[in-house]
Amino acid sequence: MGEQLLQLLFSGLTVGSIYSLMGLSIVSLFNITGILNLAQGEFVVIGALIAVSLCSIGMPMIVVFPVSILLAALLGGLIERLTINRARGASNLNMLIITIGISISLRGLALLIWGTDTYSLPAFTKGGPLFLGGAALNPQSIWIFALAVVNFAGMYLFFEHTYWGKAVKASVNNRTGARLQGINPHTISLLAFVTAGGLGAAAGVSIGPITMVTYDMGFMLGVKGFVAAAIGGLSNVSGAVIGGLFLGILEAFSSGLISSSLKDAISIIILILVLLFRPEGIIGAKRERKI
Amino acid sequence: MKKTTIFGIIILLFILIVSLVVKSNYLFSILIIIGLYAIIVQGLGILMGYAGQVSFGHAAFYGLGAYTAAILTTRYHWPTIAALLAAIILPGTIAALIGRQTLKLRELYLALATLGFGILVFIAFNEGREFTGGPSGISSIPFLNIGSFAFDSDRKFFVLVWAVLALLLLGINNLVHSRTGRALRAIRESEYAAENAGIDSASLKLQAFIFSALLAGLAGGLYAFYITFISPAAFSYHASIEFVLMAVVGGLGTFWGPLLGAAVIVALSEILREVVPLLIPGAGGEYQIIIYGIILILLMVYKPEGLSSLGAVFDRSPKRAEQNTNKQ
Amino acid sequence: MKKSIKSWKFIPCLVLLLALSLIVGGCGTNSQTDAAGKEAYKIGAVIDISGNSSSLGVPERDTLKMMEEQLNAKGGINGHPVELEILDNKSTEQEAVTAVKGLIDKGVLAVIGCSSSGPSMAMIPTVQNAKIPMISLAAASSIVEPVSERQWVFKTPQSDIVMVNKIIGYLQSNNLQKVAFMSMNNSYGDGGKKTFAVAAKESNITIVAEEKFAADDKDMTPQLTRVKASGSQAVIVWAIPPSASILTKNFKDMGLTIPLIHSHGVGNQNFIDLAQGAADGVILPIGKLAVADQISADDPQKKVLDNYITDYTKKYNSAPNSFGGYAVDAFNLLVNAIEKAGADRTAIRDQLEKTQGYTGISGIFNMSAQDHNGLKPDSAVMVRIENGKWKLIK
Repeated sequence: MGEQLLQLLFSGLTVGSIYSLMGLSIVSLFNITGILNLAQGEFVVIGALIAVSLCSIGMPMIVVFPVSILLAALLGGLIERLTINRARGASNLNMLIITIGISISLRGLALLIWGTDTYSLPAFTKGGPLFLGGAALNPQSIWIFALAVVNFAGMYLFFEHTYWGKAVKASVNNRTGARLQGINPHTISLLAFVTAGGLGAAAGVSIGPITMVTYDMGFMLGVKGFVAAAIGGLSNVSGAVIGGLFLGILEAFSSGLISSSLKDAISIIILILVLLFRPEGIIGAKRERKI
Repeated sequence: MKKTTIFGIIILLFILIVSLVVKSNYLFSILIIIGLYAIIVQGLGILMGYAGQVSFGHAAFYGLGAYTAAILTTRYHWPTIAALLAAIILPGTIAALIGRQTLKLRELYLALATLGFGILVFIAFNEGREFTGGPSGISSIPFLNIGSFAFDSDRKFFVLVWAVLALLLLGINNLVHSRTGRALRAIRESEYAAENAGIDSASLKLQAFIFSALLAGLAGGLYAFYITFISPAAFSYHASIEFVLMAVVGGLGTFWGPLLGAAVIVALSEILREVVPLLIPGAGGEYQIIIYGIILILLMVYKPEGLSSLGAVFDRSPKRAEQNTNKQ
Repeated sequence: MKKSIKSWKFIPCLVLLLALSLIVGGCGTNSQTDAAGKEAYKIGAVIDISGNSSSLGVPERDTLKMMEEQLNAKGGINGHPVELEILDNKSTEQEAVTAVKGLIDKGVLAVIGCSSSGPSMAMIPTVQNAKIPMISLAAASSIVEPVSERQWVFKTPQSDIVMVNKIIGYLQSNNLQKVAFMSMNNSYGDGGKKTFAVAAKESNITIVAEEKFAADDKDMTPQLTRVKASGSQAVIVWAIPPSASILTKNFKDMGLTIPLIHSHGVGNQNFIDLAQGAADGVILPIGKLAVADQISADDPQKKVLDNYITDYTKKYNSAPNSFGGYAVDAFNLLVNAIEKAGADRTAIRDQLEKTQGYTGISGIFNMSAQDHNGLKPDSAVMVRIENGKWKLIK
């Protein structure tokens, strides 16, 4: 039994780290721009697919990783300039729909270039699973977890401990005020999307060896990322990490101990309960005072 | 009132002319689908455009309507018209049960909660075993009939759906210009001001939510009787998102918006299917998706108030959305 | 009121849109005639080219296009060129129905499609009413049964029961009585699960664990943990890649050693590549296409299979899979029927039902008034994956 529980925990942490990565990208963009980006999952897919192509022409992983991040970051920036930047001042709902449009177009683009095949990516380190206490752990899970931790630490330091991070956060709440401080919200929005593209690709390349890559898996990743972000508090980076890990572990244990067919139902019920009964814990204090 | 009569005559003429002139079942089927979606988007439009609440879970009510109609007729052999009535009432009841708590949430959180609700109902359709037929769905649903008159052809069904739609358009037009309509708009502009003016905003929002669920249920029931086969796939969150797209593309808080939104999204997809291969030889579904997405973005960037923007009162500034929240 | 009235301007807009779809829907009705002046035979296809089932639909579309070209290059059917119109249903039921209505309006003689069960089921009432022969490329047996309600509907993939019986046979000959059944939570997995449950009961095989997973799940370790604890002697999985590949990797990673039996849903090279070595040892029932190089030279299907592989590989630069094979059979069955029946839908249907001894990719078809699939258990073989290659189990 102990071995079984440990196995479920490992599974939960693996999937949870993936959700955390998604949640982190969504939250960071939300913090900076106030936009809930439904296309984040597509950034992940495009990043991973770029890596697939680079790998297939024989590039080593150590080159593939930064190059895909760079290309996806460029794409993120391009998209911001072409869409979000031109829709300045649109309502939250319209922005949401624009990101849906981006997500649909990117999915179509991925389908056009890479087709419907499923691809896999090589793991970062060779070798089979590690066995700890009788339970198997895929080494790639450790990489994903590490990436989530590095992302989280980076974001936390940036937002909470640098002048720029605080300034960026402030600019969400008060655009005019930010301008007076010499911060251009449009530049920040551009940088935010560049980062979202890059983070997406980093996530995509590292989860690819475990999840495989199909052109249409982005939306589902995005939805899981939202649930993770919402459980943890939408504008809260540490919340997103905890929310993601919690969601992953919850899914693993409920399908391992209760029923695999009710797994998703259980996590959605938790999401709704959190939304309904812990609203203060969920909503970042700053956005609440905006009236 | 006179102008309402003119609306009525125009729509009746449209139904009459189309049903007499058109011979193509394909065109009828597209018009029927547009009509069904327009019914849902009418309700969603009231909820979003007037009461200012977003829902990403309306495919659930649509599906509940469809499954109610299908199960009652195939398993319990209810008369189809009674099953259709139940298909309207059940989603409305569920909306009433979940509405009060849910509608306290602010827009993005409400969006997530309704999305979650939609996923839960979708899981229930899949896990309902013999009752819902699981992922394989329910087939051999009868055609809708009233007495001995069966709506067994595309033409008859078109007249039915569009007659229902016309009644709704007129009814909603009256509602919007009634006291309730003014109260709803007041809530959207500023909930605090509305409350101070003695409007019970929570109750009105709940009514709008229930109304939209009833309409989605109605459309679902009609869908089941039209296609005569249903499976969970048609009621996933993708459909919910599509409905919101239609509402926004058409224009929130306008008379023609819902119909226009449904027509544009459905027709766009049909037209792209035919036109894209002519422009790009050998092009398949992939180009259609990209073009569809790009058109959506362009619309939202350059026409954020929706296509029927001339009549729109939709406020573009993000402030509106922020104001439009409950006291915590 | 004023505001609403202003938006009247959009009535013309709406009318224009509808008119446009009318024109678009109507065009293409003017049929081509070839040099000899013989009128073209029109065939329609509704395929899941985009959306959830696109991995099935794309090879099917490619195959159908190739078949059309080949046929017309050979001079068509009795001198009539064939005009094949392929539409995408985006893997949705509603779009499948509108698409097939559009095809019927354009006067097609018969319809091929859809790739998956849901859209196929949704099209059935329409084709039954319009009396148009339809050949589905989807597996569920409910598409053609009961035949009394499906006179106009045929299908080319082997029914689940064919594959299930192969697996049951394997289990019995290896004396495996306690099994775990894992399925994808969609109509493919559901169909397999139901069929297997019935067949297992009849052959005294106990299902000790039943697990499900979503098509987009990323880790099946929790479900496998339950399977491991259930004490089953073999695992049967009804799924398609990528979830089937992920499951196979998880299975290897966890160090499970009991036999892992998949369904024909993983019958393409992609599955082996994705599992990155973990697929070795997997056992599955499959059509003969995957092992065309290993079946004996006097097998009646040998030539048909080799030709398809050569042609497809030449044109698309990748090996064909069983989904494309379903499209080959549907197209050829239809061509054979039209050849005998001419441009008469009822006669085409009758000819399809009379099909005897057509040697296709998925097997040898013998249709009858009771059987609108016509494939026997010998249309499938059991294979084991060894060193990343399919190996026929003799």
